[in-house]
Amino acid sequence: MALAFDEFGRPFIILREQDQKTRLRGIDAQKANIAAGKAVARILRSSLGPKGMDKMLQGPDGDITITNDGATILEQMDVDNQIAKLMVELSRSQDYEIGDGTTGVVVMAGALLEQAERQLDRGIHPIRIAEGYEMASRVAVDHLERIAQKFEFDVNNFEPLVQTCMTTLSSKIVNRCKRSLAEIAVKAVLAVADLERRDVNLDLIKVEGKVGGKLEDTELIYGILIDKDMSHPQMPKQIEDAHIAILTCPFEPPKPKTKHKVDIDTVEKFETLRKQEQQYFDEMVQKCKDVGATLVICQWGFDDEANHLLMHRNLPAVRWVGGVELELIAIATGGRIVPRFQELTPEKLGKAGVVREKSFGTTKERMLYIEHCANSKAVTVFIRGGNKMMIEETKRSIHDALCVARNLIRNKSIVYGGGAAEIACSLAVDAAADKYPGVEQYAIRAFAEALDSVPMALAENSGLQPIETLSAVKSQQIKENIPFYGIDCNDVGTNDMREQNVFETLIGKQQQILLATQVVKMILKIDDVISNSEY
Amino acid sequence: MPIDKIFKDDASEEKGERARMASFVGAMAISDLVKSTLGPKGMDKILQSTGRGHAVTVTNDGATILKSLHIDNPAAKVLVDISKVQDDEVGDGTTSVVVLAGELLREAEKLVASKIHPMTIIAGYRMASECARDALLKRVIDNKDNAEMFRSDLLKIAMTTLCSKILSQDKEHFAEMAVDAVFRLKGSTNLEAIQIIKKPGGTLRDSFLDEGFILDKKIGIGQPKRIENAKILVANTAMDTDKVKIYGARVRVDSMTKVAEIEGAEKEKMKDKVKKIIAHGINCFVNRQLIYNFPEELFADAGILAIEHADFEGIERLGLVTGGEIASTFDNPESVKLGHCKLIEEIMIGEDKLIHFSGCEMGQACSIVLRGASHHVLDEAERSLHDALCVLSQTVNDTRVLLGGGWPEMVMAKEVDELARKTAGKKSHAIEAFSRALVAIPTTIADNAGLDSAELVAQLRAEHHTEGCNAGIDVISGSVGDMEERGIYEAFKVKQAVLLSATEASEMILRVDEIITCAPRRREDRM
Repeated sequence: MALAFDEFGRPFIILREQDQKTRLRGIDAQKANIAAGKAVARILRSSLGPKGMDKMLQGPDGDITITNDGATILEQMDVDNQIAKLMVELSRSQDYEIGDGTTGVVVMAGALLEQAERQLDRGIHPIRIAEGYEMASRVAVDHLERIAQKFEFDVNNFEPLVQTCMTTLSSKIVNRCKRSLAEIAVKAVLAVADLERRDVNLDLIKVEGKVGGKLEDTELIYGILIDKDMSHPQMPKQIEDAHIAILTCPFEPPKPKTKHKVDIDTVEKFETLRKQEQQYFDEMVQKCKDVGATLVICQWGFDDEANHLLMHRNLPAVRWVGGVELELIAIATGGRIVPRFQELTPEKLGKAGVVREKSFGTTKERMLYIEHCANSKAVTVFIRGGNKMMIEETKRSIHDALCVARNLIRNKSIVYGGGAAEIACSLAVDAAADKYPGVEQYAIRAFAEALDSVPMALAENSGLQPIETLSAVKSQQIKENIPFYGIDCNDVGTNDMREQNVFETLIGKQQQILLATQVVKMILKIDDVISNSEY
Repeated sequence: MPIDKIFKDDASEEKGERARMASFVGAMAISDLVKSTLGPKGMDKILQSTGRGHAVTVTNDGATILKSLHIDNPAAKVLVDISKVQDDEVGDGTTSVVVLAGELLREAEKLVASKIHPMTIIAGYRMASECARDALLKRVIDNKDNAEMFRSDLLKIAMTTLCSKILSQDKEHFAEMAVDAVFRLKGSTNLEAIQIIKKPGGTLRDSFLDEGFILDKKIGIGQPKRIENAKILVANTAMDTDKVKIYGARVRVDSMTKVAEIEGAEKEKMKDKVKKIIAHGINCFVNRQLIYNFPEELFADAGILAIEHADFEGIERLGLVTGGEIASTFDNPESVKLGHCKLIEEIMIGEDKLIHFSGCEMGQACSIVLRGASHHVLDEAERSLHDALCVLSQTVNDTRVLLGGGWPEMVMAKEVDELARKTAGKKSHAIEAFSRALVAIPTTIADNAGLDSAELVAQLRAEHHTEGCNAGIDVISGSVGDMEERGIYEAFKVKQAVLLSATEASEMILRVDEIITCAPRRREDRM
């Protein structure tokens, strides 16, 4: 611990209780931070690409997640180191912004850090390295813009979109039925997309999962799915052209909020109360019937008698529907949530084409489908799968695919995957480096080298010779001046990513480079780490 | 520069070879655990729970064994999950799926040791499982159109399934029973409609299938014990004290006479209700809730059979069986649908009295009464029968069947071997390994029966070299024989599920190259 002394040789106290704190300064601090960042990147490196391996994560309660989604791995890893936490943040922000490429961004950042370490050993000042990286990232992003291709599709011809989603899904465990899942994702996005404004509200897509069945049974529902069944087992299971009354009051006798007492002291009073009660149930059901409702969805429970009356009057009902679902139903069907029976009017009813109850498997699990809703375009992706692990992983994969489809609708530009874009950028950055006088030149070259690490990791994970493959592809790109050559991960026999239909979105790739550079710059600028040694 | 700790305290990380080894070892341990229960001569396990009473279960059902284990190894948990799914999906083959997945991993371990990348192994396994499935598809037998043949197929499947269970002594008897029960379902897979009632006493052979519906309840005192042409009202209503439910209402009186008056009014109210119920013209009333003495007496007076406190499932099933509507209000007797059945009577099984509904309108449901020496026997018998029922009900929907006794494995292994010879590249090693893993199943079956497995499997392999061979291992006689002649059949759906889910599970475990275990959640000190 460095100490400062005054002219009499007494030490100044700069940090409170400084013996109890560890402090790293200067080059040591940078090296320690880089090492931590690299360690995180190294964990993810083997998960990159279609042949990437999975990680098995055992949570604090012993539950198991098997995934190769970068964001999920980092989220569940429970890291303690500050710099490692930065990397977790990095992957998370890529997830929020783009939804895909969460592994790639961390691997990229790790490679940049590794190169930075080498430059530090040469004696280049961290700030100069950071500046060089900044310049290089600008070159790379511009170059991506140049090699990007517009990509034509419309509502009727969404095949290209499906292809792109398939690229995303091929690296997941669900790649067995990537085709059908990709189609589901694209159809879901197109169903809610606002093609005029080029915007997609992903909130309208609900992803639900239920254990059981096969992955192939996963389906897209144009409507809403709720995990409830009809309140009475003998109510009709299917209602066509439903008029839905959405209630937040129970089918039970009223409960005024103000405190009151009804005293029964004579037989007559007892009799009247009894009559009233019966009448009350009758009235409630009659009200719903009068406004023309053919289905009642209620947030609360029903009394047995009310339940039977509903069933008797042929008015199917669902009880104990949660608040969030109730709102969703109200939005989707264009109905209003009604808090009192007195306020029920025909206009307040929601409308849906079909409401049906479906039961699953040999057990008595039932769910309610509300389809062809009047108002909105809300859709639900309903995932089936062998076990909970599989469903969670499928959910994540579908989420990624949805994000990719959305990004494509927002911005039609694409670049080619399989490391092709990185190699092209690396070449461009390398060429640009020579134009910069000064120390930054070295940092820019280092950046180019770091870009190579993504295709390198891809080749490594696919069981190819990394250096050999990369140099072959690189020379091919230069020779033919076509930026579409990448790593042939699936052993198809061609390096041309156009033929293999491996795309990635332009914004996704740009964002990856920008975010990774930003984080690395931040890490490089830290030159003093003070931490409580207690922790 | 030492790397700072990245993870929190107590968290551990295992990488590469070590991670893979940990998962291989865990998965193989699980598979070895259930291995000895495979096949008709498989042994049982005793499971003693750590809970209060140390309840004991004796079983050889793979899913049940695995469900009861407390496992820490993550890979082992994957296998337990797979077996659970197999149980939910097809009901049988829960042991086979774990054994096959274990064998696949064992072979994979050898391949990894000889420097083959796990992804290459996975690719090979995938090709092999495709090929194996096609091989099975080519050899399936489908007797969908011939009802008689199909029934005999089902019987044979049921016997094959049951022969590895505790019921093997009376497998013909139980197979008949299971097939009859499943045929009554008419193609639906809702096993809820088959009610299994366990009554200790007697022997397993005394178990029987009943056409009607049996409710484990007593008939009220003084009410008729036998009703012909019953009209049944199924209800869910309070028959104790029918309270006034308007909130805030309470009884406040100032003299004894008034109490008496109100009590009288309450009684009157109940009487009214009973009258209304009687007005439906029924002679049997089944309620989900309690029936107090007073209304019970009223029913008895009217000569109506009143059954109280039937549980929810009982009510729903009864509604289903008799075609009645579950009622809670009784003001419109003309429009409430009543249930019908020919005969209600009280019967005795062992010591207990049960109510028997026979000649119901919708004959879908039926009850199976299991008898046996002890609770353990009955529990195990129920599990076995449940397995058989699951398999049968699935087979009714997918009518393809296969021969048993290791025959399907040998057919698959042969095809897969041929594929390995044709495939170029490192994948062929993996494909070959797949076929070895398949052969391990008949080997295990023979081993468990105390036979010379090496000799038998070699013989079997030679037999299978000829086209269209039906040879399999007959464990009972301890030799290789024609499976078709001995009537050993299995359902195609089960075999397919075993094959696909075992491959999937081993793939999932092979793909893992790193295990990160979070620090266990700190529990509050229980001191």
